[in-house]
Amino acid sequence: MLEIFFTVLRRDLLLVIRRRSDLFTTLVFFVITVSLFPLGIGPEMDTLRLIAPGVVWVAALLASMLALERLFAADFADGTLEQLLLTPQPLSLLVLGKILAHWMVTGLPLVLMAPILGLQYDLSAEALGMLMLTLLLGTPALSLIGAIGAALTLGLRGGGVLVALLVLPLFVPVLIFGAGAVEATVSGLGAEGHLSLLGAMLVLALLLGPLASAMALRVSME
Amino acid sequence: MSSRLINWFKFSSPVAFYPLAGRLGAWSGWIAAILIVVGLYMSFFVAPTDYKQGEGYRIIYVHVPAAWMSMFIYVVMAGWAGMGLVFNTRLSSMMASALAPTGALFAFLSLWTGAFWGKPMWGAWWVWDARLTSALILFFLYLGFMALQASIDEPRRADRAGAILALVGVVNVPIIYYSVQWWNTLHQGATIKMGGGASMDPVMLWTMLIMTFGFWAYAIAVAMIRVQAIILERERNTTWVTELVKAGGKA
Repeated sequence: MLEIFFTVLRRDLLLVIRRRSDLFTTLVFFVITVSLFPLGIGPEMDTLRLIAPGVVWVAALLASMLALERLFAADFADGTLEQLLLTPQPLSLLVLGKILAHWMVTGLPLVLMAPILGLQYDLSAEALGMLMLTLLLGTPALSLIGAIGAALTLGLRGGGVLVALLVLPLFVPVLIFGAGAVEATVSGLGAEGHLSLLGAMLVLALLLGPLASAMALRVSME
Repeated sequence: MSSRLINWFKFSSPVAFYPLAGRLGAWSGWIAAILIVVGLYMSFFVAPTDYKQGEGYRIIYVHVPAAWMSMFIYVVMAGWAGMGLVFNTRLSSMMASALAPTGALFAFLSLWTGAFWGKPMWGAWWVWDARLTSALILFFLYLGFMALQASIDEPRRADRAGAILALVGVVNVPIIYYSVQWWNTLHQGATIKMGGGASMDPVMLWTMLIMTFGFWAYAIAVAMIRVQAIILERERNTTWVTELVKAGGKA
């Protein structure tokens, strides 16, 4: 049964490797958004250091939201999704494979890029490590929650904006604890509590996200 | 009445429910009008002035019931939507769609009155207080539900997609509420707490309860009228609707 999971994962990754431009658009959006904030706020390092965790996290949240549209759209357009729905294996497992592949392509680059952006904001090494760790825990949760919205809005007019409306309120807890953990590290409070809750959210999203997405896909495709 | 068994499933059919919805809507409308008039009179003229907050506190007679209703309606809406998803009953999903605008209205009303209350009490129209923030996010959840249903043309898909979203939302509401609360206590010191453990004057409590039941009746009345409209819209190709129109709209 796990075979189908790895098959889907391998297929989706292969598709992305064949068309590498997809890989960079989300990342470039993330970098540009984060770089815009100092231009809007001013170059004072003290202010920037203060807002850095929030800015990087909000940018990561928007970037992964924008990437959601691509999660099912291509497969929906060429009819692959219909075939996937017909397989005897559990659809939620298939969806989980797709989400993991999607995260590795859009979420993981954000995690790896974050410390460089953090340097622009003069964050300490400790805070940079924490930023990476929270993004590593948080972005998969964002992809899992976002997949529900992507599945619900499949093939609707104005799908992109609608996804934002559906998914952003649900992202709020992840944002709070992700940015909160970095902030707690900066102010020397310790971030264990934040990290535990972030981990708990990831587990919950891992449990319910694929199920809800699979159900939403069936609704959207019937 | 007691010896007769009512077949409740009869009313799960839109045809049977339509006249009942009309009657329920009319009755609740009258109850709502009476209770809200009485409640407003009591809140303006009978309830005593608060010794700390002065006359400005009277807005809570609208604010608190509206906030309660906005939360309660979301749960009821998700319940109907879930029932529609599980049992595939059309009417349950119609009820969910009928409740959403009323819930959003109450959420907006609670935010608006909250701003009016906050200006004299806190000195600001908006404070990033945990309750305000979670009410705002609840309002966004309602908007998402309505936007999703509005953008799907096929009623069956709209019902089911909305149901999944409402159920995901209802799982998330407590998580959002507690995370916002924790975020708030971390970021700023204790904001002004309402009440502070002091017991309420009984007149104040009664006024609040009357207003709450008034809003409740209003929500039922409006939902029933809206569900009638949804039934007519979706069943417009059936014979019973045609006959209803011929008979001049009287069921």
